[in-house]
Amino acid sequence: MSEAHSARRHDPHQGSPAAEPAPKIVADRLHKRFPAAGEPVVALEELSLTVAEGELVSVVGPSGCGKTTFLRLLAGLEEPTSGSLAIRASDDGAQRPQNAVVFQEYGIFPWKTVLQNVAFGLQMRGVARREREEQAQAWVERVGLARFAGAYPHELSGGMKQRVSIARALANDPEVLLMDEPLGALDAQTRTVMQEEILDLWERDQKTVVYITHSIDEAVFLSDRVVVMTAHPGRKKAEHAIDLPRPRRWEQTGGADFAALRLQIWSDLEDEVKRTMAGQA
Amino acid sequence: MTSTHDPDAPTSAPPPHVRGREHPADPAPADSAAAAPAQPQPPAPGSASQRLLRRVPHHRLAAPSAALVGFMAVFTLVGGWRLAWWAGALVTFALLVWLAQTGQEVVPRRHLRAYERGLATLFPLLLLAGWELLAGTGALSARWFPPPSDIAVAVWELSVEPETGGTSLLGRPWRLPELIGELGLAGALGAIVEESHVLATLGRVFIGFVLGLAPGIVVGALMGANRTVRIMLDNVMSAFYVLPKIAIFPIVMLLFANPFGEGPIITVVAVSAFFFVAFNTMAGVQGVDRIFLDVGANYGANRLQMFRHVIIPGALPVIFAGFRIALGAALIVVVAVEFVRADQGVGHLTIYYWEVLSPPRMYAGLFTTMALGVLLTFGLLAVEKRVMPWRRNRGDDDLPTG
Repeated sequence: MSEAHSARRHDPHQGSPAAEPAPKIVADRLHKRFPAAGEPVVALEELSLTVAEGELVSVVGPSGCGKTTFLRLLAGLEEPTSGSLAIRASDDGAQRPQNAVVFQEYGIFPWKTVLQNVAFGLQMRGVARREREEQAQAWVERVGLARFAGAYPHELSGGMKQRVSIARALANDPEVLLMDEPLGALDAQTRTVMQEEILDLWERDQKTVVYITHSIDEAVFLSDRVVVMTAHPGRKKAEHAIDLPRPRRWEQTGGADFAALRLQIWSDLEDEVKRTMAGQA
Repeated sequence: MTSTHDPDAPTSAPPPHVRGREHPADPAPADSAAAAPAQPQPPAPGSASQRLLRRVPHHRLAAPSAALVGFMAVFTLVGGWRLAWWAGALVTFALLVWLAQTGQEVVPRRHLRAYERGLATLFPLLLLAGWELLAGTGALSARWFPPPSDIAVAVWELSVEPETGGTSLLGRPWRLPELIGELGLAGALGAIVEESHVLATLGRVFIGFVLGLAPGIVVGALMGANRTVRIMLDNVMSAFYVLPKIAIFPIVMLLFANPFGEGPIITVVAVSAFFFVAFNTMAGVQGVDRIFLDVGANYGANRLQMFRHVIIPGALPVIFAGFRIALGAALIVVVAVEFVRADQGVGHLTIYYWEVLSPPRMYAGLFTTMALGVLLTFGLLAVEKRVMPWRRNRGDDDLPTG
């Protein structure tokens, strides 16, 4: 994939002085089929997506539409059946992992303390103990869990667990941050708080983020752009640019422009959700 | 839930114990999964929340006690024990459960744990007392079921006086200071081990267990992680798993230069521990949640790191469950082998005093074996707590809520 990265350097976008940031992620006609008894299951079809450096793009779609499959391809946990996928490395020469995932249902290790969990990626990359613990500690403090650095996950609430998961991903300083329905397991109030925290972190770090969610509100509130996917097999149905002003605050979700965007996206999504439900019935 | 309008609750009664119940008025600790037990709340007469609090009048404790005593008296008077002792035992047990449960409701919540611990200790003692009583009155043949006091005496005698063979139950470890003077530390410890039935058995169990455990983990982890290895070994392992390991003892004896030494015993223990540990490790490794493997892969863990940081810790609870089974099996195997081929150990002790017809000492051997089993399990639980600190404090919230 590193060859693909260097190839991207000569991308016409970057040459143009028109301030259009160079694409960070280029997914080109991705297909993913899973072998199954009888017909193979087509999870993704002809999915193309370009994400700019520092952009936060959400992917929404009915359940089972392949949005998690897309994220697993981006994360390198699955290989595409065909098509190409490239994540451009930064030009500053720093050694970074290509991506880090914040998984559904947290995925933090119950057998590691908060600090050890956050330091996990650094440890796997061979960062010396002292250094990785310092870095991890800084992240633990940044997500407001200093008091719980030595605690085990079972002592934490759902929201705290998800903060650990986010800190673990960001402590790696990845090229792109991939979030797979990270708030899906939380109650509504905690979700709201966590959405604002994610925005805070993102606005400070300006990471490139691909955010999978089934919540339209969440997608509109957080993103620069929302991609709507079709039901089975997953294709890109529409894209919506979210030009709400930043920094965003929860109060904006009551505004008319927010409601308009939400309605637009829902009108795209409604048919797909109904198709999914009809398929299940 | 009992309300204040309960007709059974006299309003003029002294204030009963009141426990905080889980109801919406309770300040729910929002950010702590391991919530502290609710504090007992003072009774607040007339307040709206009072209706939600549980009141247990003391007479509810008195009623089952009276029923118990009354039943015992009537049943004994009509000769019920002679006619159908099992019915008496059954009803008595049911009444005891009722009594204990009512007591549980009356005990203030902060003493609930102590109460339960007491219950767990007192009931076995009650059984022993019943045995003592029955053997004393002759209802139970004291010859075949000697009263616990006789067994205790036998344990005492076996501990303090060496038998004709020069062995004793514990090896009289209190001689250590004087033995050190004669033989030096190593010699003194050796002399004690040589004399002790308990240490002989414990040593066999422990050494065999440890020898079986290490390869068990390796083979189990391989089978769990690699499908091909699993498919190849599954049938072989299953066939050996169901074989009672004691059955291979004759073969093992052939393999050793000294068939009557410690080698064959320890080998059989190791083999039996191996299969339990291997199967549980396999199950544990296969049961590791997929998401943790994804996290490991996504964060760049190599194969070794994956085992060390993800798979083994994730499988540990199941592996330890295997250890517990393996340890129990090891004790069974050792005692069984000691029955036939040993001149030391608690199994030998038991069978020897059967041969010379001394039931109290036979029972002394049995009770020592039980104590060893309990001791080993406790030891293993202590190790488990050390090795898996993240599982501490779990199960604190499983207190019965009544």
